[in-house]
Amino acid sequence: MNNEIVLENKTFTDVTAPKINKLTSSRNLKEKFIYGFLGVCTILTVGFLFWLIGYILINGISHINLELLIAPIVTTIYMVLIGLGISVPIGIGAAIYLQEYATDGRFVKIIRFATECLSAVPSILFGLFGMLMFVTALNMSWCLLSGGLTVAIMILPTIVKTTEEALKTVPISYREASLALGATKIGTIVKVILPSSIPGILTGVVLSIGRIVGETAAIYLTAGTVFGIPNTVMNSGRTLSVHLYILAKEGVSLSEAYGTAVVLLIVILGLNFLSYYIASKMKK
Amino acid sequence: MSTIISIKDLHFYYGDFKALKGINLDIFETEVLAFIGPSGCGKSTLLRILNRMSDLAPDNKVEGSITYKGHDIFSYDAIELRKNVGMVFQKPNPFPMSIYDNIAYGPRMQGIKNKGALDEIVETSLKSAAIWDEVKDKLKKSAVGVSGGQQQRLCIARSIAMNPEVLLMDEPTSALDPISTLKIEDLINELKQKYTIIIVTHNMQQAARVSDRTAFFLLGDLVEVGKTDDMFSNPQKKKTEEYITGRFG
Amino acid sequence: MQNCNKTKHVWKKVNSETLMKSVFWSCAALTVISITFIGGFILFNGLPFFAHTNIIDFLLGEYWMPSGEIFGIFPMLVASFCGTLGAVVIGVVIGISTAIVITQILPEKPANILSKTIDLLAGIPSVIYGFFGLMVIVPLIKKYFGGISGGLSLLAVIIILSFMILPTIIRMTEVSLKAVPNEFKEAAYALGATPLQYIFKVQLRAAKSGIITGVILGIGRALGETMAVMLVAGNSPLIPESILSPVRTVTANIAMEMGYASGVHQQALFATGVVLFVIIISINVGMQFLIRRLERS
Repeated sequence: MNNEIVLENKTFTDVTAPKINKLTSSRNLKEKFIYGFLGVCTILTVGFLFWLIGYILINGISHINLELLIAPIVTTIYMVLIGLGISVPIGIGAAIYLQEYATDGRFVKIIRFATECLSAVPSILFGLFGMLMFVTALNMSWCLLSGGLTVAIMILPTIVKTTEEALKTVPISYREASLALGATKIGTIVKVILPSSIPGILTGVVLSIGRIVGETAAIYLTAGTVFGIPNTVMNSGRTLSVHLYILAKEGVSLSEAYGTAVVLLIVILGLNFLSYYIASKMKK
Repeated sequence: MSTIISIKDLHFYYGDFKALKGINLDIFETEVLAFIGPSGCGKSTLLRILNRMSDLAPDNKVEGSITYKGHDIFSYDAIELRKNVGMVFQKPNPFPMSIYDNIAYGPRMQGIKNKGALDEIVETSLKSAAIWDEVKDKLKKSAVGVSGGQQQRLCIARSIAMNPEVLLMDEPTSALDPISTLKIEDLINELKQKYTIIIVTHNMQQAARVSDRTAFFLLGDLVEVGKTDDMFSNPQKKKTEEYITGRFG
Repeated sequence: MQNCNKTKHVWKKVNSETLMKSVFWSCAALTVISITFIGGFILFNGLPFFAHTNIIDFLLGEYWMPSGEIFGIFPMLVASFCGTLGAVVIGVVIGISTAIVITQILPEKPANILSKTIDLLAGIPSVIYGFFGLMVIVPLIKKYFGGISGGLSLLAVIIILSFMILPTIIRMTEVSLKAVPNEFKEAAYALGATPLQYIFKVQLRAAKSGIITGVILGIGRALGETMAVMLVAGNSPLIPESILSPVRTVTANIAMEMGYASGVHQQALFATGVVLFVIIISINVGMQFLIRRLERS
């Protein structure tokens, strides 16, 4: 492809070629313009990313004060654990049903449609729902558990989808071999299919962790904003993202806001690299 | 007859693999030349070099020279070359757009925007490809919706719309049924009045039916080239005879 | 005796099989239940509000004054619409161009690196986009364009949202450009098309259903974004007069006042949620319908 372009540039001006007309040179100019435009757009995309990351790292790295961040970090970890603890088993179960049991019927269509819708629902609506359901209707008030249940529903589509993809890649021959050896279907799933799809499932889990860590709106409305290390899951608490939002909104301490942003960014970048690592392991 | 394409001492590599080993061949105006030989002999590779589709292959290397009307094709603009040297592929590959837009694609790229001129080009091209009567009422319908044989003739019409001088055909009937194959072969006989046609084929009868001359390739070498009738009745080389009589390949 | 044992064993196995199957079934059913619950709860809590203000007045009302019990979300609808439209226009132009560069122009290695870099962009939390917008984009707008609210404006919303939806558009375009069969490329090149002529006249057309999906997903994301938008929008519930006016989106309306609202005011926020929910679900349903139609033709 690249080779091709280089060749053209070299030969466009060749006057010996017949049938070269005015069009060629005007086309040449037009094409150069388009290439330039495409290049500028790409530079904008990448430039914005580096600008954002660079800005936050440079301004924030000196303001990291972990002592001040212990409470939000602990809260974030709680939130991740509750969310994953609820969503991962259910998501994997649902994916197993869809991949291994379901015959293409109405129920499957409905489930797929529900998953699609669930992944399209914006987080503010998850927050609104969590607030109405857990905080008010179930009278749990603003607490980690309300928040955790809400984010669990939010990440469910991701877990289901990635697990399904992972299950799909397990060759049919594995299943046949296991069944031919007299294993039951459930035995085959637990002993053969799930182990060989673990890396794929892990990718989904890492993605979901990223989503929970980065989530603000849904948690803000369900887990509250109390600053402090929660003692139980029935306590309110603010995660790193909520903390950053409040600091930015109130504008009281910019240095704390920068420090929080850096930590949040580093966690997210770390998760990203972790998922690359898993993906590269998967290829081997 | 005058020479239109002249190949001299052509070597071609894909990475470390040497696909063509010193080919010398002259191709004449308005002849039908068939390339035959077993799979992997380099016939398709050579065909694709003639309009520099070979540029698309990664890691390729060419040595030697090919001239088109006296101009070295490698120092020629590949885009201009391909406008003069059209190509029809093994599998019919109409674009996923209407029949009309398919045929008008090339002329439009050349900057022809006038509706009347385009209409005329589309009609004459489809007529030359002997498919006008079958599709004239559904020009706005998707080209992917017609039969495989019709698709292939559309692809030929699409090439003709560029008003090329040479048509390269890479096993144009291998994906088609016998009736469609016959129609394409008839079409080739029509088209050779105006165009130089080079056709790669696996089918010896097809080579015998449509071509004026035949070139036999084996393992990257051009073993023999000559008048089709002579070659099929009295091959000069033993390998050619063995291949033609079906002893290998 | 032995025979009897064997039967028992088999029976146990079959039982655990069906048990597990129903467990998996329930897991799957839970996704359906959740979406029904989410929709149901929001509707159930939001609909009673329409006894207070009828739906037309609510949607087209130009004033939002909770203290006077006047609830009109027209300004927020306009803000969400303009913000999303602006972001999608910019996002589509930049996104499709970037995807073309990645899949068609760059050699494999740099293309892979670029593609992974864009994953990073997708992973960055929205609150960081908002924070960056507040600290960098807003002051820049203030410096170069002025405006009545110190840079907090519709323009800031559009800029931040367009970069937030870029990864979605780029990824979908990338995937669908790669899925276009190579035969089309050969056919176009053999007709003397330049790489660009092939990309713009054949490949993009052939990939359109995937690209449209990406754009619609991007619209959904832009419409639903809350925190980033809240930090840079200025949040005044008035119909924006220009691109430099401060605006409040539908989502921000919910998040801003939920903390302290009660009574009819709280119901009005739930009703705002109903409107958002209906818009998002209709976009999703409409998209599936559109894709099915595109695939058929």
